[in-house]
Amino acid sequence: MEQSKLLSLSRVANQIRINIIEAVYNAKCGHPGGSLSIAEIMTYLYFEEMNIDPKNPKDPLRDRFVLSKGHTAPALYATLAERGYFPREDLKTLRKTSSYLQGHPDMKSVPGVDMSTGSLGQGISAACGMALSSKLDGNPYRVYTVLGDGESEEGQVWEAAMFAAHYKLDNLVAILDLNGLQIDGPITEVMNPTPHDEKFRAFGWNVITIDAHNFDEIEAALKNARATEGRPTAIIARSVKGKGVSYMENACEWHGQAPKEDLYKVAISDLEKIAETLK
Amino acid sequence: MAERKATRDGFGAALAELGEKYDFLVLDADLAAATKTGMFKKKFPDRFFDCGIAEGNMMGVAAGLAATGKKVFAASFAMFSAGRSYEQIRNSIGYPHLNVNIVGTHASITVGEDGATHQCNEDLALMRNIPGMTVICPADATEAFAAVEAVLNHDGPCYLRFGRYPVPNLTPELLPDYKFEIGKGIVYREGSDVTIVANGYMVHLALEAADILKSEGISAEVINIHTFKPFDAELVVASAKKTGAIVTAEEHSIKGGLGSAACEAVCEKYPVPVLRVGVEDKFGRSGQVPELLELYGLTAENIAAKARFAISMKSSK
Repeated sequence: MEQSKLLSLSRVANQIRINIIEAVYNAKCGHPGGSLSIAEIMTYLYFEEMNIDPKNPKDPLRDRFVLSKGHTAPALYATLAERGYFPREDLKTLRKTSSYLQGHPDMKSVPGVDMSTGSLGQGISAACGMALSSKLDGNPYRVYTVLGDGESEEGQVWEAAMFAAHYKLDNLVAILDLNGLQIDGPITEVMNPTPHDEKFRAFGWNVITIDAHNFDEIEAALKNARATEGRPTAIIARSVKGKGVSYMENACEWHGQAPKEDLYKVAISDLEKIAETLK
Repeated sequence: MAERKATRDGFGAALAELGEKYDFLVLDADLAAATKTGMFKKKFPDRFFDCGIAEGNMMGVAAGLAATGKKVFAASFAMFSAGRSYEQIRNSIGYPHLNVNIVGTHASITVGEDGATHQCNEDLALMRNIPGMTVICPADATEAFAAVEAVLNHDGPCYLRFGRYPVPNLTPELLPDYKFEIGKGIVYREGSDVTIVANGYMVHLALEAADILKSEGISAEVINIHTFKPFDAELVVASAKKTGAIVTAEEHSIKGGLGSAACEAVCEKYPVPVLRVGVEDKFGRSGQVPELLELYGLTAENIAAKARFAISMKSSK
């Protein structure tokens, strides 16, 4: 892609990372690791790929997004705020009793959230229902869902994989954030769900493996998905958990805790340094 | 005696007939012939989707369809819709308050020979505890049909419970002006000595029990609480004030079922003795339905016996 576009997307992704840290820091809890790992994917979906309008978040013909790994709500909220669905300042209310920003996505209260998720394995099923609905009505809208690699240990993910292929839901794209870590440790040690590519292929999906932090690869994969007929597409996105924050990268303990003030400052400083390089 | 027909047949007939008038989709999990969604499938093959033996995914698919504006029925045996998929229903359908009608057929003991693994005695209790969920348990095929039309005009998630075993289709002859209204119980018979509150399969047995009691000079009021939630506490309390004693009759666990709901209602408003007929804290078992009903005490005689006891408790107060 053009250098200017790449630069612009990279800036957005970095700002989304800053938003994630601000939200989780102010909440004093939450899930930064798996939020940071999907910043480029969320950026590309909401700023390039999806047909959406923040001023009309309930447009029946909009593309749909389902965050199946709902615990990374900070990434979704950070992206929605950046895209203009609600003020960036509201991110600081995340998880607070008076806030509409629930710990896991709530479609009833958050503008731009298309499905309530949080219980792993369920979002991809809802995404299948949405994709089927679009097809039944002859609508052009597409459905995107982001799954966790640990989440793929849930049997329901594979029930949904079977369903999507059976009903030829080629308007559905499932992006699996392969960051390699889950709460109890590396996915291959806790309960090895790999190889994801071979599994999805065996279920009848079009499968593409990419670097989750490379916009060119994200773009190419999503174009490939659009051009694929008769099969849903799975994008296996190899990522770094905690990406962008030095001490969080590939560190299991940052799956589900917030940094205290000293480490918060380090995180913001890390991300501001990256921002400097994108000027 | 009225014609015997299973409530699942009323459900299947309703889907097939109302499919012409209403715009909705039907999902099933490889049980279309048994749940009777097959009647709809035959007539509207393009609006029917088999999800295979994967009930959790089916509930998620139903949620996704509903989130894009579709009205959906998602059917399986009660054990697998309300039971196996409880958490999917709670989080993907209940929490976002989506327009999904969850259907559980083959509920409880009257499943018969298939036995305990398929006899769900807990579905109503499970569904009732989901905030915003409407829960309906029709008494006969006519009421089952009416319930389907009612939920098509209702906004929000519903659970509908139907049975496998034929039950006398009493509604047309007993209630010529019958009108189904969600949340409104029906007084089948007025009485003054004791109130029998029943739902589902037990309603016709409650009427038989009232006949037995009548022959002994006892006047029993019989109420059909077809909507388990929202529970018509007003009707039950008003009847309790009149008769001073209640017997509940349900084909469901007495823990968390109709008996519990009736106790909650009267305890808070007008405490009277409440005796419960239903499945005690036990699993089901294989057998012929009439034998199982005897074995589990789901009989008119047992309802009548409990009624006599409830009346005696009232006088010894």
